Order: sequence, then C-alpha cells, then structure tokens
Amino acid sequence: MAITLTESAAKHVAGFLQKRGKGVGLRLGVRTTGCSGLAYKLEFVDEIKAEDLRFESHGINVVVDPKSLPYLDGTELDFAREGLNEGFKFNNPNVKDECGCGESFNV
Amino acid sequence: MALLQIAEPGQAPEPHRQRLAVGIDLGTTNSLVATVRDGSADVLADAQGRRLLPSIVRYAPEGVEVGYAAQAAQITDPQNTIVSVKRMMGRALPDLADARRFPYRFVDAAGIVQIATRAGIRTPVEISAEILGALRERAEKSLGGALDGAVVTVPAYFDDAQRQATKDAARLAGLNVLRLLNEPTAAAIAYGLDNASEGIYAVYDLGGGTFDLSILKLSRGVFEVLATAGDTALGGDDFDHRIYCWALETTGTGPVSPGDTRMLMARAREVKETLTSQHEVAFTASLQTGETIAATLTASEFESITQTLVAKTLAPVRKALRDARLTPADIKGVVMVGGATRMPHIQRAVAEFFGQAPLNNLNPDEVVALGAVIQANVLAGNRARDEDWLLLDVIPLSLGLETMGGLTEKIVPRNATIPIARAQEFTTFKDGQTAMALHVVQGERERVADCRSLARFELRGIPPMVAGAARIKVTFQVDADGLLSVAAREQTTGVEASIVVKPSYGLSDAEIARMLQESFANAAPDMVVRALAEARVEAERIVDATEGALRSDGDLLTAAERIPIEHALAAVHRVAGQDDHHVLAAAVAALNAATEEFAARRMNRGVERALTGRSVDALG
Repeated sequence: MAITLTESAAKHVAGFLQKRGKGVGLRLGVRTTGCSGLAYKLEFVDEIKAEDLRFESHGINVVVDPKSLPYLDGTELDFAREGLNEGFKFNNPNVKDECGCGESFNV
Repeated sequence: MALLQIAEPGQAPEPHRQRLAVGIDLGTTNSLVATVRDGSADVLADAQGRRLLPSIVRYAPEGVEVGYAAQAAQITDPQNTIVSVKRMMGRALPDLADARRFPYRFVDAAGIVQIATRAGIRTPVEISAEILGALRERAEKSLGGALDGAVVTVPAYFDDAQRQATKDAARLAGLNVLRLLNEPTAAAIAYGLDNASEGIYAVYDLGGGTFDLSILKLSRGVFEVLATAGDTALGGDDFDHRIYCWALETTGTGPVSPGDTRMLMARAREVKETLTSQHEVAFTASLQTGETIAATLTASEFESITQTLVAKTLAPVRKALRDARLTPADIKGVVMVGGATRMPHIQRAVAEFFGQAPLNNLNPDEVVALGAVIQANVLAGNRARDEDWLLLDVIPLSLGLETMGGLTEKIVPRNATIPIARAQEFTTFKDGQTAMALHVVQGERERVADCRSLARFELRGIPPMVAGAARIKVTFQVDADGLLSVAAREQTTGVEASIVVKPSYGLSDAEIARMLQESFANAAPDMVVRALAEARVEAERIVDATEGALRSDGDLLTAAERIPIEHALAAVHRVAGQDDHHVLAAAVAALNAATEEFAARRMNRGVERALTGRSVDALG
C-alpha cells in the first residue's frame, strides 16, 4: 500500500512549497488526540528524519512517520473547494467513524 | 469532512484549535480581507472571484447592500448609498469641511456625525461595521469557521477618536480586534522587512484619493515609525482627472453633462491603466449629445501632463525626511503601496529621488491587508513565540497640558513612538491651593488657544500648602492603539484623578498639516507670546508672594524700609498690562532686589520659630 496525492492536491502542494520558498515535501501524520480519538497532521517538511517512510506522488515527496502509517495506509489526499472554503481532504480507507466536523476520527 | 491546511513543521494545530485570524484593510475606496492558508498570506475573494470590496454601503428598501451591489445604486439612490465613510470616522459634523459636497442628509446634532437613511439614523461607526461585517462573513465562509481575531489597519495619521471609532465599528461587526495596525507598517511587514537587515525604510502610499509617506525604522526586529507626512487631496483619481481635462481640451469639447463626466472619467482611468504597459492609447468616447471624442495619448504626453502631480508627492516625502532628520541616502528600501504606484513615471520619480529601485513585486492594492494578516496570525498564536515581534507607531501631534498664562507644556512630543508613557511634575501656584484643573491639549503652538483641546479634568483634595510645595505628577500614557489616558497624582497624599480621551473629536490629517504649518509660520511671534505670558505669570506670582509677606511679616520692616518695596510693587503693577516682556521682567527683577533683605529676615524668623522649644538632641 502507499500514500498518494490526487493531481490537484499535488499541484497545490507544489505551489505552496514554492511560495514558502523552502521545504522538501509534505508530512502526513496522525496523533492520538481529538474529540473522536485520532487527528490528522498535515505539515511542510524541512528535514526528513531517518525513521520516516517516504513516498512519491506526482513529483511530491510525501513523508509519514512509522507509527502513523498503519492509520493512514492507502490514504489519498485530495484538494477540494466547498463554496469559498478550500483545503485538503483525507480519503482514508481505514476510517470507521469520524466526528461531525471530520477533524478527528477512529479506525 | 473538514478541509485541512498545511502547517509549519511541528505546528499542526490540535483539532478545533486552529485559530482563524484575518487581516483587514478598511480603505476609503476599497476594503480587503486576507488570511494565512497553507503557509502563505492571501487575499480572500468573494463567490465571483473579486478580491476587492468597494467600501460602499446602501440602505436599500429590501435591506442593507455592501460593495458592488451598493456601488451600482450610487447614482440612482445617492442619499441612501454611503461612500468614503472612512473620511467621517470619529468626526463631528463641523469637522467635515466638505460636508456639503456629500449628497447625504446629515442630522444636525452635536457630537459624532449622523446620517438619516431609509433605515433610520446611522453613524459612520455603524456604516463601517456593515463593511467589516461583509468582510467577516466572506472570511468565515472561506475558512469554514468563526474568526478568533482580526487586525484592522488605519492610516498612521489617525488620531485617538478615529482609532477608537474604527475599533468600535469592528466590535459592532462581531470582530475581536487583536490590534489596530498602521497601514505603512503593515506594508513593510508584507514585504518581510521585519526579517530583513536593520535600517530605515520609506513607505510611499498613493491611494485613490490620498497620499501618505511614512518613514519606518527597523531595529532588532522592532518597527518604529519615525515620521509621517502626506496630502489628503492627492491620489490616483487626480491623474484620471488630468486625462479627462486633456481629452476635452485637445478635442475642443465644451462643458459636458454630469453623466458624460462620469463616463469620461471612467474612460480616463482605463487609459491610465493601459499606459502602464503600452506606449500609446486611443481615447475614444461618444457623448450623450451625439458628439464623439477621439484622441491618442502617448505615455510621454501623459507624463508631461501629470508631472506636477508626481512632483507634488515629493514635497511630503522631503518633509517626512526633514522631520526624521534624514536624507534620501539614509533610506535602505522604499515600499510602494496603492494601485496608483503602478504608473511607470511614479516608479521612476521615486527611484530617482531615493537613488534606488522601490520594492514593487507585491500587488500594491493588497500589500496592506497581507501585512495585517501576518501580524494577526502572530497575535492569534499561530506562530512560534520566538518569531514574535512588537510594532511601534507614532504620535502625529504633540500632547501636552495647559499651564499658567495659557501656555502649552508639551509632555509627549510629536512623532514620539507608541506605546509611550511620559510623566512630569507640576506644582501649585497659590498658597493653600487644594485643587488643580488639568487641560489636555494637542498641537505644536505655544499658546493653548492655538492648539486643540482634547479633555479637561480636575484633581481635588490637594492638602493646603504654600505655593510651589505640592508635587503633582502628571502621567500621559498612549497605548498600542494610540488611545490616550492622562493621570494626575499628588505625591504626598496619593490623591489621584485621571481621564481617558473620549472619541468626541476628530482631527483630519489636513488639519494636522495645517496646525503644523501654522506652528512653523508663527514660530517667532509664538516665542514672544510665550516670553510675555511667562513674565506675566512670574510677575503675578512674586506680587502675590510679596503682598502676602507684607501682611504676615510686615513688622520686620521699618516704615522707611517698606517704601522701596511698595514702590517696586507699584512699578510691577504699572507695567503688568504692557506687551513688552523685557520691561515687565526688569520691573520684576527690581522688586526681587528690593525684597532681598526682607526675605532674609523672614527666613531667619522662620528658622527661629521652627527651632524654638526643641532640644538639640531632637534635632540631631
């Protein structure tokens, strides 16, 4: 399995990295807080750590720490627009249920 | 599911903890709202992709309209369509010199401006709140949640009343104001000058109808506004007007109808914008009378017809530099703000004046809003602590107190950076004086009558003492938003009184400029006025003291010794009304000399009284 980006997500990530002026990729992660158990983490990467797992999707380096991978394996990250709001969306096959707003979830 | 944003490494927010902060540029002509998304600041667009919101509010029969919808009705419903409300913020009706030029029904009432609209009586604060509310709604739709806070920008020259009015409008719109930020400072932040090397920067802001020049100093990550200057009646619209006049002149067209004027001005604006990238543009239009206008304007011709306008912007530039005691060579970088700065000959004139190319790679219409949100993001806690910084602003006119003789004592000097606290000690003038009236004034002139009155209050409960013995510490404090509070405290008893300057008055930058010019023009007569007033106060003080002493200790003098003192007293009374302070000062000096021996004897008596009946040990 792997972590992938949609083409639209990859294009936006590349744009944001360029605007930011530094960074080598995108980090996806999970932490064990949130109203429904787990919460997603989405960050720029300045430094890849030795234990990190690396994927490449549409030319973007995607980095995941090994503890997060089981929760995220198979995830496709998409970029979506809802009205005036826009941002990234995790299409995560591992999720069983999530809180109303979707910021945290359970597997 | 929620849409997520990319965070800085190690700073992904807790769920539901992302603090949504926005920066708002509340402009005279257009307003903008910006936020930080995915690590970079960006201006938010409406559903049609438009990034600017015209600062226009219409009270329509079916409800309130803001922005483009209101703009469309500007001509058909002028009394209920309010434009340029920023010019009325924090002002009273008499402050508005050009009130008659507005088509509104102003309510004839004291205090702040009120306008009768279809929806009832509205104040500039309420009207501005409609604009801010529309921006807030746009931001909340874009960010998918309620806002935690906003930074709203104001011109550097806004006085206390105008800043307070802006804050009130934001609160009324349901915004939590993290702080107000000066527009030039915001522009400098947008260019990342806060991370640049230390030095002095100039911000050249040519908007639609106003021009502002600010000098900022960056040291150890702290911005300080050294000086500001500007022209309230100079902007991009004046360039349009020159093209409009040129078109009528070259084609020999006579006076045109108001509708045609609006159409031609709009055409002139397009021509101006096109000339930014092209060497010549055809100006064509057909009038309501059936006439057609056709002429070709070249870039060099445009430059020559607007050269005086460009030169006019350089006068405030020189003035601000003079105020800050700097030369163009001291300026490390120049930031361009406002759509009108896109004109190539303005860029060239600025580059020539400062001897360097100005910073212009950000959109000059958006740069202020972008800087505001970068600051808002820090204040909302979305950035690491060590990246935090403080911003300092400046006081446009000196703040002071009225002292005896109607003179101004400046406590906080003009162009002092804020936040600031300055204290000075004052004392009583009369024996047994138990109260003191404090009159807070703003201005550069020596006489209170020539300055602007901000507030009055009284300090009561001063213990009775001889004149000059009480120590009253007066503290002026201006907070980060430029709001003034004044406190007076009698040092021995601790009795206190204080006041916060209320937004009942307003000063425009035109008035500020006028008051400054008057203070320069009247420097010499003001000096004479001050010398005379001081001499009169001194004369009154010494006459009071001498007469009091003669009453209480007259027995120390023989009748013969008393005569010269009486003579000298009479001489002071005689010349007190004259306008020559030298004569008055001479008479006072003579009285001083005549009472020298008397004063020495009184001193001896005082010491004897104090020591009588006390043992040497007790005095040890």
